[in-house]
Amino acid sequence: MNWRSIWAIAQKDLKEVRQNKAAWGPAIVVPLIFAILMPAIMIIVPQVIPVEDVERELGDIDVMLQNMPPALSAIFNGKSLEQMFIIYMTAFMLAPLFLIMPLMFSTVVGSDSFVGERERKTMEALLYAPTSDLELFLGKVLAAVIPAILLSWMSYLVYIVVVNIASYPLFGNIWFPLAPWWPMMFWLTPALAVLGISATVLISSRVKTFMEAYQMSASLVVLVLGLVIGQVTGVLFLGVGTVMLIGLFVWLVDAFLIYLSVSRFNRSALIAKL
Amino acid sequence: MNTVIEVNALERIFGANRAVDGMTFHVEQGEVFGLLGPNGAGKTTTVRLLNGILPPSGGSTRVFGLDPASDGQRVRQKTGVLTETPALYERLSAYENLAFFATLAGIPDSTLKSRVMEILAFFGLHDRAKDKVETYSKGMKQRLALARALIHKPPLLFLDEPTSGLDPEAAQQVNALIADLSHQNGQTILLATHNLLEAQRLCDRVAVMNKGRILAMGSLKDLARKLWPVTWVDIIFWQAPAESLTGSLKAHRGVKQVTGQGEAWQVQVEGEDVIPQVVQHLAAQGASILKVNPRAYTLEDIYFALQAGEK
Repeated sequence: MNWRSIWAIAQKDLKEVRQNKAAWGPAIVVPLIFAILMPAIMIIVPQVIPVEDVERELGDIDVMLQNMPPALSAIFNGKSLEQMFIIYMTAFMLAPLFLIMPLMFSTVVGSDSFVGERERKTMEALLYAPTSDLELFLGKVLAAVIPAILLSWMSYLVYIVVVNIASYPLFGNIWFPLAPWWPMMFWLTPALAVLGISATVLISSRVKTFMEAYQMSASLVVLVLGLVIGQVTGVLFLGVGTVMLIGLFVWLVDAFLIYLSVSRFNRSALIAKL
Repeated sequence: MNTVIEVNALERIFGANRAVDGMTFHVEQGEVFGLLGPNGAGKTTTVRLLNGILPPSGGSTRVFGLDPASDGQRVRQKTGVLTETPALYERLSAYENLAFFATLAGIPDSTLKSRVMEILAFFGLHDRAKDKVETYSKGMKQRLALARALIHKPPLLFLDEPTSGLDPEAAQQVNALIADLSHQNGQTILLATHNLLEAQRLCDRVAVMNKGRILAMGSLKDLARKLWPVTWVDIIFWQAPAESLTGSLKAHRGVKQVTGQGEAWQVQVEGEDVIPQVVQHLAAQGASILKVNPRAYTLEDIYFALQAGEK
């Protein structure tokens, strides 16, 4: 295995993606919305609108917050209604939305790398290079997975800073992230990035353009929306155990999809589609 | 001479289509070998098979003694391929394009930059090294693609339609570069083309293909001799010779036919070696010869004769 070649392929793909506005556009806009705009609104609005209005509005959700799972109730213990609302919204309701990012980033870069290369008619020259099929595959997978994980982590970091700064007047201390966020960042996020790219590789064999691949891969976001709905309806609570279990399940799916992708990724199959 | 490429009864079938159908040929070290044929003749598929990009459906191939089907990566370390379209990364600079392929080819970091700049200078592109390839002209892109194929100094070069889509000036530049590579560097070259003039200028031997099969193979002279075993000679006289000379010439050994009248005759002889004797005979008979012109067959004549025979 020649890691120098693998890294060269990954670097080249990333340089190319940087030139593709359709690819990096979402990578800037989505973290801005999720990591800055949404938490700022969720935290600042309850602090600036009149107290009586807050109590009237929050009073309606008081019952809902009281009926949360025991793990969440323990976190709420001793907190004011405003604090409970902010914790609920920033630490739990927005959490699944963050899981969209590794999926989205890896499918965008993966689509550009696997399908875009074919669309731009540059694949043939690459196939004539003295690399193995596996090196080619790994180079392209790394090009998608590494930035997806790093961008997600950067978004988490920005989110942590924004949440703590914005809520400091109300909390008086640094309280975020809560425990479930650690496995979410370091266990589930990498698993979802790998899920995005492995699905994209499989999809890439059936589509002709970058946009087609991107749109099909992006349908994976439905999985994450399922988590959002699960949380809103109270069916699912993203505690440490749940996140670890979901992560394990995603890693197992990843292993299966990677196995399928590697077995289907070969020069003769790729050249047949040019 | 060492044999670089050996192909025996090579086959590649795509569904019902026999893209390569029992091809057998060899290419010697330092030779420029042409694969000629119309679109769909199987030229590009052959290049892919010889580089281990496609597995064969039958037959065997050896490139530098290696089987491309099982040892493709090692074969590709010794080959450079100019694809039909330049297939360059248009969003990257010329330097970045070459540095990427140089890395894949295993050129160490310590010499990579100097090698890239050296080859860019060789192809007259060093002044534009940092410009994005999308700003290049077609001719410059083709030269850059050729530079990419040569970046790791491969002993065997595959050129697939190297002047396709280029204007005459750019095509001439590329052809001159290919001629230099073969004459000065002793590079073995396999040229897949349907440009007959290009093949005639550059190739030592050619294989004329159609529908995945080789119709004929050899040097231009060999192929002409196979197709037309006799030679026609056009003779122009200063003054029309006596009619009786026609009969005496027909009786001469090696002369098959004499036609024409007045100052212009056409003489068919068994081989070029008979021509000096014919000239001697005519001069001895007092004929005032102005011009003797043995008809030379071009690759175009040969190609179309073979393709017509195939039809």
